[in-house]
Amino acid sequence: MSGHSTYAPQNKVLQWFEKRLPIGGLIYSSFVAYPTPRNLNYWWTFGGILSFMLGVQIITGIVLAMHYTPHVDMAFNSVETIMRDVNYGWLLRYVHANGASMFFLAVYIHMFRGMYYGSYKEPREVLWILGVIIYLVMMATGFMGYVLVWGQMSFWAATVITNLFSAIPGIGDTIVTWLWGGYAVGNPTLNRFYSLHYLLPFVIAGVVVLHVWALHVSGQNNPTGIEPKSDKDTVPFTPYATAKDSFAIACFCILYAWFIFYVPNYLGHPDNYIPANPAVTPAEIVPEWYYLPFYAILRSIPNKLLGVIALFSSIGILAFLPWLDTSRVRSARYRPLFKQFFWLFVIAAVGLGYLGSKPPEGIYVILSRVFTLYYFAFFIIILPLLGIFEKTKPLPNSISESVLGARGA
Amino acid sequence: MTMKRVVLALTLLAAAGSAAPAVAQEQQEIPPRLKWSFATPFGKYDEAQLQRGFKIYREVCSNCHSLNLLSIGSLADAGGPGFSEAQVAQIASEYKIKDLDDKGQDTERPGRPADHFPAPFPNALAAAAANGVAPPDMSTLAKARGVSRGFPWFVIDLITTYQEAGPDYIAAILKGYEDPPKGFTLPEGGHYNKYFPGHNIAMPPPLQAGQVTFDDGAPTTLEGYSQDVSAFLMWAAEPKLVQRKRIGFQVIIFLIVLSGLLYFTKKKIWSDVH
Repeated sequence: MSGHSTYAPQNKVLQWFEKRLPIGGLIYSSFVAYPTPRNLNYWWTFGGILSFMLGVQIITGIVLAMHYTPHVDMAFNSVETIMRDVNYGWLLRYVHANGASMFFLAVYIHMFRGMYYGSYKEPREVLWILGVIIYLVMMATGFMGYVLVWGQMSFWAATVITNLFSAIPGIGDTIVTWLWGGYAVGNPTLNRFYSLHYLLPFVIAGVVVLHVWALHVSGQNNPTGIEPKSDKDTVPFTPYATAKDSFAIACFCILYAWFIFYVPNYLGHPDNYIPANPAVTPAEIVPEWYYLPFYAILRSIPNKLLGVIALFSSIGILAFLPWLDTSRVRSARYRPLFKQFFWLFVIAAVGLGYLGSKPPEGIYVILSRVFTLYYFAFFIIILPLLGIFEKTKPLPNSISESVLGARGA
Repeated sequence: MTMKRVVLALTLLAAAGSAAPAVAQEQQEIPPRLKWSFATPFGKYDEAQLQRGFKIYREVCSNCHSLNLLSIGSLADAGGPGFSEAQVAQIASEYKIKDLDDKGQDTERPGRPADHFPAPFPNALAAAAANGVAPPDMSTLAKARGVSRGFPWFVIDLITTYQEAGPDYIAAILKGYEDPPKGFTLPEGGHYNKYFPGHNIAMPPPLQAGQVTFDDGAPTTLEGYSQDVSAFLMWAAEPKLVQRKRIGFQVIIFLIVLSGLLYFTKKKIWSDVH
């Protein structure tokens, strides 16, 4: 892609260094000259917000790890020590715990945006799949982090989720024993979760590098879904995108701060302030809010094995999205039918989230089944057929025409 | 044809919906919302109330409930009950702490501010043997309780910053003892409580009017006691609340100003593109 300018350092030392390792040029071409479509809206700032959140989680997490003790007899109290006796420990811990929720909130918006504007379509399939991998690793990381608190909900969530693998015929129980490192969730489980919870964020960071790399190969999609054709269609990343992203991150931080300082325990479950007790099962076991849609899918199917298969398929199917959607038009802006089905999909996904927090009985089960059915039908039936039967609206000739034309009219 | 199907589906849904309450478990009683000095973004603990609450804890609750995670000295911490260092030293010295002497033998010595509050029972088994059920530790109790009020409350609670479900619940339990309704068979050793899940609570009514005396003329009623001790337990569970809300206000003001500046910066930069 044609850039707006190239990196040519004036400083002698930088010139010397650049000849030997052109990292300055790499940064310059990736984050300064990199051409971004001029018509990106604020839904496109969530990539920057997510990078920011990953940084926050890693930094607060490293400091928390200096004070945390991964042992079944001490984990809960060590978290409380952080809250009470470590300088600003309460702040670190609330930033980290609510940071996980904010991270997921941002990733869900980022994913819905990608779906709405068809950002997964050729040539961005690998970019999208890398995103799905990041999301999967995020889910594993978030789950293990929740277990580290070693409250009642930590312990029982760990028990329920690891037990899902026992549904695998034949070798299920062996796998679960292997995951636990024993015959029940115990100290070896907590220790390995701690180890992995520290490791996985760096795996995420690595895949994020690939994600950004793939993004910079294909270039960003944009609200029109048509590729930039000339320099008139793009603006350099710096200062345009950096200024816009900075503003969006600051606004996002206001919401984040609201949670940290005014409702820090709003998204947690009260039972997680009770130390883990294998002898007492809580009245209800619910996962963190960001897993609730998948929890609802799991429970909507009466057979355990089929439920587990549905749970994993509901995430795995995202990787096939570039090929399930057969339409050649990317953006929902020009796809009147897809737009309606997309919003129904959002309702189904959010609805499943609500239902996942409810007891599995009566109307809740029925609605969960309806929404689960729609969730899968959207991918397997609606998207492939829409590409064939949908009559799309005419596309603009170029991005600049769509922006300036609309302004002139 | 399709229309008919939609109508049929909706009817089925409605029928299922009306049948749902019969299937659903009996709803837990929602504790009434009380007024707390520490609620809302500008809330602070009421020092006098925390001191009264501590007195109730010390004279009543601590006979059965531990408060393991708190040091006695934390009573003098900023944003807490506001005892002076001298008062805390005095309070600490009134506790007997198990320790080892110079020869490694078990001994008891007067407490120091750095000691944690001693537990009433040596372990959970002993606590359970004496009480039927082990009374829960009170250090995080006010954050470990709360009744979910469902939609749309969880949206409203987010905006109004309602984080007092714990103290509301504890106060409701303390006042919630009643005679069991007709047809309710109370297991032996149980007590009927309106707000306890399942209504059968092992703890006998712990507080009666006039049981604890106050120097500050505050009402010595069950109403007053339950609120004072719940406030104290909220402080015990969240001792940094005042500091948190103070810093939070500063951070949010900073972020609003920063966002404003960044907005105008962005607008200036983009002015040649639009």
